[in-house]
Amino acid sequence: MSNEFEPKIVAFVCNWCTYAGADLTGTSRIKYASNVKIVRFPCTGRIDFMLLLKAFANGSDGVIVSGCHPNDCHYTSGNFHARRRWILFRSLLDFLGIDIRRIQFSWVSAAEGAKWADIVNTTVTNIRELGPYTEYRRASSFLEANEADLSKEMEVTHE
Amino acid sequence: MERKYISDESLKTFINQLNDEGRHVYAPVAKGEKTEFERVKSFDKISLDHIQTTQSIKAVAFPRTEKLFSYTKNKGDVTLEDYNPDLIPEMVVFGLHPCDAAGFKPLSNIFNWGTPDVPFNERRRRTTLIAMSCTQSDEFCFCTSVNGGPGNTAGSDILLTPIKDKNGYLVEVVSEKGQELVSKYAGLFGEAPDVDKEAYLAKLSRKFSLDDLRGKISHMFESEVWKKQSERCLGCGACAFVCPTCACFDIQEDTKGSKGNRLRCWDSCGFSLFTFHTSGHNPREVQSQRWRQRLLHKFSYMPERLSVVGCTGCGRCSRACPVDMNISDHLAEIADLSVVTTEKEK
Amino acid sequence: MNDLKAKVKDLFESGAINLFIGYEEGTRRPRPLFVKNAEETNKLVFDDRCSGNLAVYLTRKDLIGGKKVGIAASYYALKSINQLVSENQLSDEWLRVIGLSADGKLLEFGSLAEVSEYLKTASAPPKQNEDELVRQIEAMTMEERWQFWSDELSKCFKCYACRAACPMCYCTKCIVEVNRPQWIQPWATTLSNMEWQINRVMHMAGRCSDCGSCGEACPLGIPIHLLTHKMSETVAANFGQNGDDKGNVLSTFKPEDKENFIL
Repeated sequence: MSNEFEPKIVAFVCNWCTYAGADLTGTSRIKYASNVKIVRFPCTGRIDFMLLLKAFANGSDGVIVSGCHPNDCHYTSGNFHARRRWILFRSLLDFLGIDIRRIQFSWVSAAEGAKWADIVNTTVTNIRELGPYTEYRRASSFLEANEADLSKEMEVTHE
Repeated sequence: MERKYISDESLKTFINQLNDEGRHVYAPVAKGEKTEFERVKSFDKISLDHIQTTQSIKAVAFPRTEKLFSYTKNKGDVTLEDYNPDLIPEMVVFGLHPCDAAGFKPLSNIFNWGTPDVPFNERRRRTTLIAMSCTQSDEFCFCTSVNGGPGNTAGSDILLTPIKDKNGYLVEVVSEKGQELVSKYAGLFGEAPDVDKEAYLAKLSRKFSLDDLRGKISHMFESEVWKKQSERCLGCGACAFVCPTCACFDIQEDTKGSKGNRLRCWDSCGFSLFTFHTSGHNPREVQSQRWRQRLLHKFSYMPERLSVVGCTGCGRCSRACPVDMNISDHLAEIADLSVVTTEKEK
Repeated sequence: MNDLKAKVKDLFESGAINLFIGYEEGTRRPRPLFVKNAEETNKLVFDDRCSGNLAVYLTRKDLIGGKKVGIAASYYALKSINQLVSENQLSDEWLRVIGLSADGKLLEFGSLAEVSEYLKTASAPPKQNEDELVRQIEAMTMEERWQFWSDELSKCFKCYACRAACPMCYCTKCIVEVNRPQWIQPWATTLSNMEWQINRVMHMAGRCSDCGSCGEACPLGIPIHLLTHKMSETVAANFGQNGDDKGNVLSTFKPEDKENFIL
């Protein structure tokens, strides 16, 4: 094992396209980075934006969100709704200073095993360059050092 | 009560030295249009000419989020890590006004009603209050209507009153804690000037009679007043959170895997969730009942059960309210009622 | 102002309304007033100092349930009313709206449809201050923005005045009150405060009138209205000024919606 930083990545994917695509990556024996933990959802429309934030708060350095290509949604329009949501969500996070380079959105169909491997590999490389996402985690573990942080909370602003 | 004098310069030295000896000094600091208590490391940052901070200083003894204990589960065994008071620093609050100092009495009576509350008492024990009399007030202030005053010493360890023409302060040493500090830095204090303290204080006329108010409010549970007064109330918790005496809290669990923390955090009777039962029933269903609870708690239940009025007249709730629920106006209205009518009679 | 008093008095006397939500002089600036009869109308004021969005009361069943209601609506309150109509919360059967034009003239609306028509041509009061502040924040680096909002939101003590003052926040059970699962930690910490604001603003997307009442209500002066202002800009830039007529921005879509970040 090298000492190089190994990013933790959570992928939120839809059942019908990307999950099947990732399955195909495996059955096609395409090797790809093992840093990703896949969570399967019925549809990208079901992927609540809070899930992404929870992933960051709980130790993830990067997030992949992936589903069916436009017009291919198993439920007709779930991915179209999701797309609108991500357009607004991304802009809001950026405005708040949350690192949106750590969120990779993609459309991966059930036939695109190779694309899935590529998306994961690219994301891992990108996140490895960015390093661990400590800012968000630090904000989430406010209670670990109770007293120091409480007095910081009392101070309200930084000098 | 011992009276002394401290010059502007010596006060600066006094506060800076309290910081240098390792105490956490909290004092009002101006930020834009607001002034808030902050930890300060140098006297120069402190605001001396504000009327009131947005928030009270109750958080030194009752932080908005506090860890009560933590635990680790390991195959059926539970290891507890109890509240550790040793982590609490020695604290000095400087520049709070008499209405804030007075607020610690009702807080203390609540936290020592029945079982004494360890975190509150440990924090309070390590806190010294160096208060500042008020030389100015605004239309929201009403301390003189609730047994307080701009130069009231109750609750403070030391009370300073600015004496402009003597370039310093009249020092009233109120408690033993205050005496210890003054003795320790005896060189900074001089002989008390021969002045009439009252002449240097803000002038506040009484807005209502507390006796009239209390005489009526305890029999007003069914009154129609609550509904009328609370119409514009939006049901947020701003009033409770800025209040120096509001002590309601929620207990929450912060868990991650086999570890967890038990937390206490501020709550407010203005929220509908405050009394919401698991069954779905809510005994305080509408905002008028919550408004009634707020006033009755402060002016009926607390005086009856804890022998202290739950309001010090700081006026913060009125300043913080997005819809101008001016509490002293509402209290004056109740105190002035000639006949108490109930909803049924109406 | 006398116009308004006379008009509202007429509405009471003709039986068109039995409750009017307007403004009266408050301690420092006008505050909401609930008028129950013709006599009380003399307390009413209505001018450009009247900033709180009164539409917030129109979804409060405990206050208005079963009543015939009139309301004094600023430009932004008209927008909120229009949105509430599209969400099936209001009806001509019980609501009469009186607006205020940019040059201070009373606008009498015969129906809620007329409010909608009026808004198609009326221009929003300028928001130079907000625009300026949003540009300043956008010009910061990501790290600076994170620091700015962490500092601001570390102050928040979760009084939820922003939610209470918002006409669009009328859910009977808010996401912060849901605890299975607990999406947002209910205690006040910087991150959970931030997550609360993210949720609030996402839920406002395309529905927000941009009135700024959330920021005005904040007792700690946290500029959270800049988040909704920015969101309104983003919505307009991506989906058009008025969104789609067929529904809210996030409950509808167009196959041709454009983005440049999905691989």
